[in-house]
Amino acid sequence: MEIGREGVINIVVAVALLAIPFAAVVLDETFYITLATRMAILALAAVGLNFALGLGGLVSFGHAAFFGLGGYAAGILATHAFNAEPLLLWPIEILGSNSMPVIWLTAIAISALVALPIGAISLRTTGVYFIMITLAFAQMIYYFAISWPAYGGEDGLSIYVRNGFPGVNTLNPLTFFLICYTLLIVALFLFAVFKDSRFGAALQAARQNETRVAAVGIAPYRIRLAAFVISAAIAGLAGALFADLNRFVSPSMLSWQMSGELIILIILGGTGRLFGPVAGAMIFVLVEYFLGGITERWQFFLGLTLLVVVLFARGGFIGLVAGRTRHE
Amino acid sequence: MNEPILEISGLSKNFGALRATDNVSLDLGPGEIHALIGPNGAGKSTLIHQIAGTLKPDDGVIRFLGREVNEAGPVARARMGLGRSFQVSSLAPEFSALRNVMLAVQSRQGSSFRFFKPVMRDRSLLDPAMAALDRVGLAARADVPAAELSHGERRQLEIAIALALGSKAFLLDEPMAGMGPDGSKSLTAFLSALRDEAPILLVEHDMDAVFALADRISVLVYGRIIASGSVDDIRNDPAVREAYLGNAE
Repeated sequence: MEIGREGVINIVVAVALLAIPFAAVVLDETFYITLATRMAILALAAVGLNFALGLGGLVSFGHAAFFGLGGYAAGILATHAFNAEPLLLWPIEILGSNSMPVIWLTAIAISALVALPIGAISLRTTGVYFIMITLAFAQMIYYFAISWPAYGGEDGLSIYVRNGFPGVNTLNPLTFFLICYTLLIVALFLFAVFKDSRFGAALQAARQNETRVAAVGIAPYRIRLAAFVISAAIAGLAGALFADLNRFVSPSMLSWQMSGELIILIILGGTGRLFGPVAGAMIFVLVEYFLGGITERWQFFLGLTLLVVVLFARGGFIGLVAGRTRHE
Repeated sequence: MNEPILEISGLSKNFGALRATDNVSLDLGPGEIHALIGPNGAGKSTLIHQIAGTLKPDDGVIRFLGREVNEAGPVARARMGLGRSFQVSSLAPEFSALRNVMLAVQSRQGSSFRFFKPVMRDRSLLDPAMAALDRVGLAARADVPAAELSHGERRQLEIAIALALGSKAFLLDEPMAGMGPDGSKSLTAFLSALRDEAPILLVEHDMDAVFALADRISVLVYGRIIASGSVDDIRNDPAVREAYLGNAE
């Protein structure tokens, strides 16, 4: 298979992200591993959003809801496992868990289940109304989390020991990075495959011309709903990892600022581009860390960067270096 | 004549006080081209929208292949075999002409919920799509994004899409618009042959094409059909000359 210019850039971005933690080990600067892990997790969440936003043109301003739900799934399961109290006794007994695979599957399932009705209602609207209704749903979940004292309410929930993965020591920062990185690569692979499939063709065509797609006998609604649910499931998985990275879950993961950050990541990196979210997350975390160290008002500079990208580089970072998208 | 493929009776649609479609009845039999003409604002587009299912009529019945389809949406009607071409829009402007037609083939084959096989290596999509492009004379432009095609080429693409859908009737909205003289001539010949495959309800402003192609013509003025008949009937109808041809030419 021929690798185009974008393919080369994608490989460079992937290798760069992988190289950061190894360089950190050599330089004995463990903190940079955490930074790279943060990049990988935010990139994973944004790859999720990219299904809806990039391929489907669905500007969801509520993806923090799924990111946060994944986080709470991890936090709640881990807390119950730590305290050795079952989550539920009746009608079936559900125990907590500190095993990552169990937590991941739970996070994916919960996010997808919640995304199904939210998507089913939101997708009846388009444009600004879609943005607002997804935001409204996310805010509902946010305020629910704040007002539910059982799991920390406004103060959030701590995870005392990072959850485990069979056969490896997840407390080792490099190991945990590699877990996150692997999941990111799997999600990117799925994105690439789905994009080129019949499903991806219908989803992208529905973004380009909804009425016209209906007139060839493809119903955009169901295609979009599937994309929305897949998108939420991946964001939920990222949320579970994020909780394990910080060993802490709080309502801020569910906040509208978080939803906004995910959109910003995609726009910075390149909307609809395979590695857009990865490049975007790397830029975002770098700006956040280095400018955040210099000034508290680093977000001002993030805003400036975003402005420049939107005005002068519509394809984001990937678009800038790889040129326009060429569909076959 | 055989059972009509498409039959519309007593169709009416009001927008407030405006009667955009006024008790319209018309039908489309197998193998025929039925042209719908009328001055601007006569309600041709409103009528097309109701036939395609994007607009609900206030009154009247639309039958397609013998079944009443009033309650069916545009997706269901397209799946039944009503192939509609559009005046201005393209299916997927960012996609190549080939991928546009492949989308129609994909719809015809059934579900779009297939996530893994890459479409560009799927011969069951590529071959029929390429064949449809070839039939409308667009094979050489298969790789060009639809947005970069000329206006006339986009009309050809619309027809290739309708062909690929395996439509049982075509609803063509001004296929000649934006075509140069050569383009319209070859498209006229093509449509003339196409009627044997599936009948065509043709909305068209190009009178030369209409007179060359139509088996029957219906004239729509202020939402109402004022005359319907053969080319000669329409040419000689005084009411039509008054309302339409007289001031159009």
